[in-house]
Amino acid sequence: MALTRTFMQLRPVVVALGRHKVATALIVLQVALTLAVASNALFIVATRIVHMSRATGTDEAHLFVIRNKWTIGQNTSRIDANIRTDLDALRHVEGVRDASSSNAAPLLYAYSVSPIPTRVKLVPDQTTRPQFAMLSFADAHTIDTLGVSLVAGRNFRPDEVAAIGPDDKQAAPVVIVTRSLADKLFPGSSALGKTIYLPDGPSTIIGILARLQGPLSWTRSSDGDNVLIPARHVDPQGVMYLVRTDSTAMKPVIAATLKALQERGSVRIIDPKDDVITLYQARERIYASDRSVTILMSIVCGLLLSATAGGIVGLSSFWVGQRRKQIGIRRSLGATRGDILCYFHAENLLIVGGGIALGIVLAILTNLGLMKAFYPMSRMPLYVPFLGALLLWLLGQLAVWGPARHAAKVPPVVAIRAE
Amino acid sequence: MWGYYVALALRSSARSKALTALVIVLLAFGVSACMVSYAVFRATTSDPIPSRSAHLYVPQIDNVGPSRTWQGQPPNMLSYTDAVALWQAHKARRQTLLYPTKWQVQSDNRSVPAMSKTGDAVTADFFPMFDVPFRFGSGWAANDDAQHANVAVISRRLNEKLFSGRNSVGQEIRLDGKVFRIAGVLDDWNPKPRFYDIGNLSVGDAFDDAGDIYIPFTRASDMKKNSRYANCPTATGNADTTDWNAYLYSECDRIGAWVELATPADVKRYRDYLHNYAGQQQRLGRFSWPPNVRLRNLMDWMAYLRVTPKASSLSMLVSASFLLIVLVNVVGLMLARFMRRAPEVGIRRALGASRAAVYRQFLIEGATVGVIGGVLGVVLTLLGIWGSGTLFEPKIARLVHVDASLIMLTVLLAIAATVASALYPTWRAAQTQPAWQIKINS
Repeated sequence: MALTRTFMQLRPVVVALGRHKVATALIVLQVALTLAVASNALFIVATRIVHMSRATGTDEAHLFVIRNKWTIGQNTSRIDANIRTDLDALRHVEGVRDASSSNAAPLLYAYSVSPIPTRVKLVPDQTTRPQFAMLSFADAHTIDTLGVSLVAGRNFRPDEVAAIGPDDKQAAPVVIVTRSLADKLFPGSSALGKTIYLPDGPSTIIGILARLQGPLSWTRSSDGDNVLIPARHVDPQGVMYLVRTDSTAMKPVIAATLKALQERGSVRIIDPKDDVITLYQARERIYASDRSVTILMSIVCGLLLSATAGGIVGLSSFWVGQRRKQIGIRRSLGATRGDILCYFHAENLLIVGGGIALGIVLAILTNLGLMKAFYPMSRMPLYVPFLGALLLWLLGQLAVWGPARHAAKVPPVVAIRAE
Repeated sequence: MWGYYVALALRSSARSKALTALVIVLLAFGVSACMVSYAVFRATTSDPIPSRSAHLYVPQIDNVGPSRTWQGQPPNMLSYTDAVALWQAHKARRQTLLYPTKWQVQSDNRSVPAMSKTGDAVTADFFPMFDVPFRFGSGWAANDDAQHANVAVISRRLNEKLFSGRNSVGQEIRLDGKVFRIAGVLDDWNPKPRFYDIGNLSVGDAFDDAGDIYIPFTRASDMKKNSRYANCPTATGNADTTDWNAYLYSECDRIGAWVELATPADVKRYRDYLHNYAGQQQRLGRFSWPPNVRLRNLMDWMAYLRVTPKASSLSMLVSASFLLIVLVNVVGLMLARFMRRAPEVGIRRALGASRAAVYRQFLIEGATVGVIGGVLGVVLTLLGIWGSGTLFEPKIARLVHVDASLIMLTVLLAIAATVASALYPTWRAAQTQPAWQIKINS
């Protein structure tokens, strides 16, 4: 009933709007621009939040990383011996649950000693573009240190772990891969036991990890694609030590580990300020710019929506003021307060509707433009501007509610009163 | 007359308090959002070396071929072969090769433990070219480059650490175990972005602090110092450094180059030279593709590499659209405000006011509101910049500063924006027919 009444009222609403072409056009334009900007901004906020809140798959709360650089003049066998001694010392520090060495650490691409991007082939003479992945050195303790879980297969055995320097060209006979990489390499079948070809030769997949984010943190879909090879990183540049603690109070454990390493301090350089970082700090640092984008966009979105609401309130109040006489006449001819309320709500619905139609087109165009200008920006699904449209409709109705109630209070007697 | 119009504007504002307040608040927020973003944007896109930037150019040569370039653009860095060829050709007034790298630093001062410090391998021209300030001593001579001399220039910061800030010129330090003589100590020098290295670093490192150690490029190559990044035309893109000489003369791109060119004619001549060089390499059979070279000016180079942080350009974009929406809004509200005063305009016109007088009155009214909005905008801008420290990464937020020009610009923008949005409403008000308006009101 109310619906048909509203519908019946639409014609005079449209006719009346025709008298205020410019003011109407201004609100339509404003709603359209607001929808275009707000839906894109909220979409960016949502994608960034999803991006930032991805779990690394590791026990982040108990992990810290030491970037250990070797002093000049030590050969690879010395460095290998150093790493073995260090790991043994680290694992005996009070409060340390486990420790392992690697070339890189989760989330810390630029910070790591030598992150290694690699290409994985399925056959040695593959002509199609090989799958991209990050290569990490690991040992029998790595899975326990990181706190990642093995969904299939087994861990490395200590006797499989070899010393590999930056110039060594030996292939790892066995590897562990993450599930996301396994699914990309062997979609639909189990990767366990299959052979893959890294640049230095063939390797058999002996284990699959549920999830492990490697050193990368900014790609659209490759951050979780990692290969672990059983090796110690004997590189004169240095090595990364990953340490998992028993409790989340890491400060004393970090101090104790540094002290343990400092006992043979002449072989290494560790800046206690720059070369030790917890995964929690790593996350803060890596996603700092995503965080600022998110906060900024949210603030501006909030301002934007309030500005639009403010504008609607302002113009509607003005219109109500202008039409007092007209409202009075309608009231004296039998229109109820509800009818007047309905009139203004319907009018707002129409204007905002016009703005939304234009705004959805603008929103999609804006998204396409942004995709060109900023990486990684993904295509906005269509439901986002539609959700935004709903939000604006609601906002419009809320904004017009005050002025409409004001209008409904106009007494019929205004019709015969000269103003 | 102007003062009278301002008084009129204030009086009419007092009559429609809510509408005026709305316009002022909207304007203030729109303008200050824009100015806060602009302050950050300005800090991240500003010219790092205004005195020289017009004459500094980056040559690029495609040595990997169309199948390995991205969108047909030559790589950001040069191969060692090309870099040394350009440097030795000496076709520009000044030229430098450089790459960032890391050293282990020891001094005779035993109380200072060995440190790992970063810096650049550069040539003698680096210091005069980039106007690098010296505290003690100077850069090394061109001759030192030719002789692969063991000379170094260190930063003031490192000098504080190793020599407690004393004049250390002529003293010795050990870099990676080799003895170097200190030729000069820099004064504070920390250009943002670290423009000279941006082609050799990843974009995220562009705002890192400048390095602490500079040694001759030729010497660093002898010491087999690798660059921080190298892009190699191999299957994995990784470098194979097993055989240093093979790696050095491979097609791995890892060296940055800069040339200083004073006049447009010099630029043209250098561009021709690059083209000829690539053509010659093609004739020699090293390149199997036609010359693909670029010569970009410093500011173009920064724009091409998109040094400006994404957060900064996105916020500029969003706040500019916010201001636009606010302006559309303000046009509507001004229209409402002025139309309400049609009777007043009718009477003024009937009493002899010209259209021009009506224009003047309403535009001044717009400007008055703009000034008030601008003042509030300045307050909000200051608050916003104070808060931007928590919004942006510390290394970006540190660059943002408030100055008189920013405050002036805020007020000017607010006035310009209001006057612009008052134009149409004013025109409508000036169209008021005096007779008709008076008749319907009687």
